[in-house]
Amino acid sequence: MNVDFKSQYLAGLETLMSQPIYQLPQMEKEALLFPVVESLHHLHRDRCEKYANITRQNHSNPRLLSELPYLAVRLFKQLELSSINKDDIFKVLSSSGTTSQTPAQVFLDKETSARQSKVLVKILQQHIGRQRLPMLIIDSPSVLKDKSKFNARGAGIQGMAFFGRDLTYALDENMQPNWPAIEQFHEKYANQPVLLFGFTFMVWLYFLEFIRNKGASLDFSQGTLLHSGGWKKLEDQKVDNQQFKLALYEATGIQSCFNFYGMAEQVGSIFVECSNGHLHTPVFADIIVRDPLSLASVEIGQLGLLQVISSLPSSYPGQSLLTEDLGTILGVDDCPCGQKGKYFSVHGRLPKTEVRGCSDTHQGAA
Amino acid sequence: MSQIEKLISVFSTSLGIPEAAVTDDLQYNSLPEWDSTAHMVLISELENQFDIMLDTDDIIDMSSVRVAKQILGKHNITFE
Ligand SMILES: [Zn+2]
Repeated sequence: MNVDFKSQYLAGLETLMSQPIYQLPQMEKEALLFPVVESLHHLHRDRCEKYANITRQNHSNPRLLSELPYLAVRLFKQLELSSINKDDIFKVLSSSGTTSQTPAQVFLDKETSARQSKVLVKILQQHIGRQRLPMLIIDSPSVLKDKSKFNARGAGIQGMAFFGRDLTYALDENMQPNWPAIEQFHEKYANQPVLLFGFTFMVWLYFLEFIRNKGASLDFSQGTLLHSGGWKKLEDQKVDNQQFKLALYEATGIQSCFNFYGMAEQVGSIFVECSNGHLHTPVFADIIVRDPLSLASVEIGQLGLLQVISSLPSSYPGQSLLTEDLGTILGVDDCPCGQKGKYFSVHGRLPKTEVRGCSDTHQGAA
Repeated sequence: MSQIEKLISVFSTSLGIPEAAVTDDLQYNSLPEWDSTAHMVLISELENQFDIMLDTDDIIDMSSVRVAKQILGKHNITFE
């Protein structure tokens, strides 16, 4: 192989890293992102035999992100997809999908892991600044204890811990609210800038509902809540984003609240909600929506399967993944919040997650 | 205690490694003791001992003892 795809990739990535995160118009962004994702594709074809086999019938001359090969995200449950030597494995992230028996496996080397942390920080700095704040984590410390099972929830918390100081866990070992810990944190930091983080359904079930049932209220009016995960686990309770924000305000006084969307298979490149409740694509990542049957990419406003593109993974072939989540591109470059690029919303899961050709790749030109 | 002694002591206690192992070339994640959890302990010890506030960029950038010295340098703590 004459071309060194790794150096090509790193050079392209460096250019991306030097760009403003939400200010590039879509065309300009794609011009920079495409070569990076394309070099990742070549790199993984060289280094991961399974990926090479799956993507053998590649689009002959891709010019658009939507024409590059992508994998169904479930393949990470079925296959060990790695582009690094065993010796270079730094950690294996396993996502603990609650419904599926086989967890997805994501192979990380130090380089990819460091890149993920760096990009997560760059993105979140746009929303919460560079300073670190006292932090209340709406989870149990036990999720980090077992290092052999490095799961996606633990990884999320660990990534977020960079933003905190005086880390306090709001739940105990048994996933019950630890009221004394919450009260103590409140006594110290009420009415000061603080950061709260948790997974959406856990914040609702174990924190907001608990405070409400207790008839208590906290004053974190200068606080910010970051929460990740969709609304699907809260569907039976008919909780949507607006109700969530209202309940949050009533229980804690928090008005600054950001949901974000991201895949365990693409840690670091996350999509954060703006003040209009729209999820935005940062310069490092992009979204395509595909028709669940034809897999053709669909127009703005049409519901379909979300495909997530990330410029970060060089240790495993996860740069372009077709998820089992349904969503809609809401617009491009014209969100009232002023951020450029595509913005979208997520509408839960494909009811029966039978994505066509599950053990195959899907061609963009389909 | 000189600044350099203080720095070595902070690294040694936060990471649980002998002081002799704290050299300029020591890198984040190069030994099991300096993982991301220990990194956060290290950061808060550096803040306490040197009475500074480190931001998220500092945490991400602090990839070795040498870089740690440079970052503390921005806070007017010098090691010469
Ligand atoms: Zn917006």
